Amino acid sequence: MWHLLPPLLDGMKTTLLVTLYSIAVALVLAFAAGFGRLSKSRTVRGVTLVYVEVFRGTSLLVQLFWMYFALPLLLDVRIPAMSAAVLALGLNYGAYGSEVVRSCVLAVPKGQTEAAIALNLTPRQRMRRIILPQAWRMMLPAFGNLQIELLKGTSLVYLITLSDVTFRGMVLRSSNMTETPAIFGWILILFFIVAFALTRLIRFFERRAAVGRG
Amino acid sequence: MWDWSYAWSIVPELIKVVPITLIATFGGFAVACLLGLPIALARRARSRWISWPVTWVAEFIRSTPLLIQLIVLFYALPNYGIVLSPMTAGILGLGIHYSTYLAEVYRGGIESVPKGQWEASRALNLTKAQTWLRVVLPQSVPPTIPVMGNYLIVMFKETPTLSAITLVELLTTAKAIGSHSFRYVEAITLVGVIFLLLSYPSGLLVRRLELHLKRRERSVEAK
Amino acid sequence: MIGQTETLRETEQPDVAPPAPERRRGPEEPETNVKEEIRPIVRYRGITKSFGSHQVLDRIDLDIRPGEKVALIGPSGSGKTTLARLLMTLEEPTSGTIEVDGEQLWHMERKGRLVPADEKHLHRVRGKIGMVFQHFNLFPHMNILRNVTEAMVLVQRMPKEEAEARALAMLERVGLQERTKHYPAQLSGGQKQRVAIARALVMQPNIMLFDEVTSALDPELVGEVLDVIKNVAAEGEMAMMLITHEMDFARDIADRVLFTDGGRIVEQGTPEQIFENPRSERLQSFLTRFRGRRADDAGTSAGSMTAAGRE
Repeated sequence: MWHLLPPLLDGMKTTLLVTLYSIAVALVLAFAAGFGRLSKSRTVRGVTLVYVEVFRGTSLLVQLFWMYFALPLLLDVRIPAMSAAVLALGLNYGAYGSEVVRSCVLAVPKGQTEAAIALNLTPRQRMRRIILPQAWRMMLPAFGNLQIELLKGTSLVYLITLSDVTFRGMVLRSSNMTETPAIFGWILILFFIVAFALTRLIRFFERRAAVGRG
Repeated sequence: MWDWSYAWSIVPELIKVVPITLIATFGGFAVACLLGLPIALARRARSRWISWPVTWVAEFIRSTPLLIQLIVLFYALPNYGIVLSPMTAGILGLGIHYSTYLAEVYRGGIESVPKGQWEASRALNLTKAQTWLRVVLPQSVPPTIPVMGNYLIVMFKETPTLSAITLVELLTTAKAIGSHSFRYVEAITLVGVIFLLLSYPSGLLVRRLELHLKRRERSVEAK
Repeated sequence: MIGQTETLRETEQPDVAPPAPERRRGPEEPETNVKEEIRPIVRYRGITKSFGSHQVLDRIDLDIRPGEKVALIGPSGSGKTTLARLLMTLEEPTSGTIEVDGEQLWHMERKGRLVPADEKHLHRVRGKIGMVFQHFNLFPHMNILRNVTEAMVLVQRMPKEEAEARALAMLERVGLQERTKHYPAQLSGGQKQRVAIARALVMQPNIMLFDEVTSALDPELVGEVLDVIKNVAAEGEMAMMLITHEMDFARDIADRVLFTDGGRIVEQGTPEQIFENPRSERLQSFLTRFRGRRADDAGTSAGSMTAAGRE
């Protein structure tokens, strides 16, 4: 059974890489779109709303296929599987994340903005110094959940030929069918370990953000 | 790059498999709803011997990918003599995976009933069954309905994953059409459009229901 | 909540003239009259404020002199708080103008015409105004010291060391020098409100607004906050607008008391005039109900009259 682990761990590297890149893209998009939804400009609000609803309303796997099979035909360029995967995962979870950003910014009590106005902070300072630090703390648990969902979502990249842990599992399986349960048992355990670690990481940030606020 | 007449020509082929997707969705949802309840109750059990293992198993299922779970059901179980059809494996996989989410919804619903309600029921000498049926459930069920609606939509959007276990649903069909003519753009885009057309209005409906329930709750409180 | 307004009848006389009659001037009219004593620090002219179809303030005229302590009393929903929030730029007036230290607040001049103020203009004028809120609104993610220094550093561009020295001195004045490293969640309501007062004071505004600053406090914590405000008031330089349900406090501290009801200033005068010789029927019945409450509350440690209805 242990001989299965090295090739699977090798595939896990790709999985982790996709996860990491996608989280980064998703985080940037979540904030951009989250603030876009709160913008004063109708156009900005409209455009971000369309983005969010389209990517939340269709499937991740459909988006993945679209980026990998359709987009290259439309643009007439080759898009590597890795880029397509990061693009789809980032855009998809960025859309979900933007709802978290928006709702948490709105959830900061109005009195905080008012106190910041009374102290004559500029709109930018109010957001940066007063609203965001408090909203960030509220975002963390939801971001933690999304992070786990994203990690699970990366397993789909195997379907666009990226050689991640699932792909490696399928290759191993094709050489020895009797090992199928062991192979996928391992993969489940590996995912669980990573998910557990990510959860711990978010908890750490949550604790740090909660300083002084028993 | 986008050919309207070609796009229209493949729409009927795609529409034809929509029922497959819907059967998988509703079948999986039914399994999830039923299985979620015992999980929720077991997690609340007083005995650690029950609550602890169930909690860990549920956490394990929740934090590992549906795709791998489907592969286990479809490709690994035959090694033990259990052979499932793609649809059965799909419904079971979706159902088991999301039962752990629905269990959390149920738990949240039950725990949202204030402690005072249990105490008042005790004070009125209601039986355990009466307390559950007359006091707790009527309060904990309504707020969970929109959340469950949302999970139904989430599960609907997960069905393309079932293509990995050879279920011929929307995405598989689109890919087949695409590889035939090497025209992926229309086929895959149309699948996206179909998903959006079905999930977006349902999402709006759920949101309206949620607002309605909240308003009702508030008006009850005001009285 | 005890119903308030239903006992008040709409039969009283309109606004009573302010005690020190001043020549009314349009906002555009240049200041030519040298005989005019002191320029008011705040001047409301024809201020109306509606929320949807609900009118909260109805053509309010009000001048506040530099250093003057003005108390606003009146039933809940009578527009007192809105009057302060308009000055703090938390709400925009529906019509009318507000002048701060001789300068339009909600309007600015552009090419010889008055146009709605932009954020830059508001930012400049707002520096002369400070406010303390009913619910403190301390920043929960900053410790006490940072709560007080933050605006000095960000807005007044003060070096951090100087801001901290000033903040410490101010916190000492409100009796909280030992709590500087604590976070708001670790303080009592009275302590929080004292921090909020210190936070507003260090900005050295020309006028401070106190919006029911004791209404959210437990009765036994009211005294410590009122004492701090009294001390600040005794120094005299800063104008104050105090919205309060603490009648004894209003009487002690105010140079002038305004009674608002139904979006109008129904009566105003010295504390003696308002509390000893209320002229309007509405004020009389308002005070009577408070005295009744006071008899009920006589045993409480705060020992001051407290409003039944809290906005």
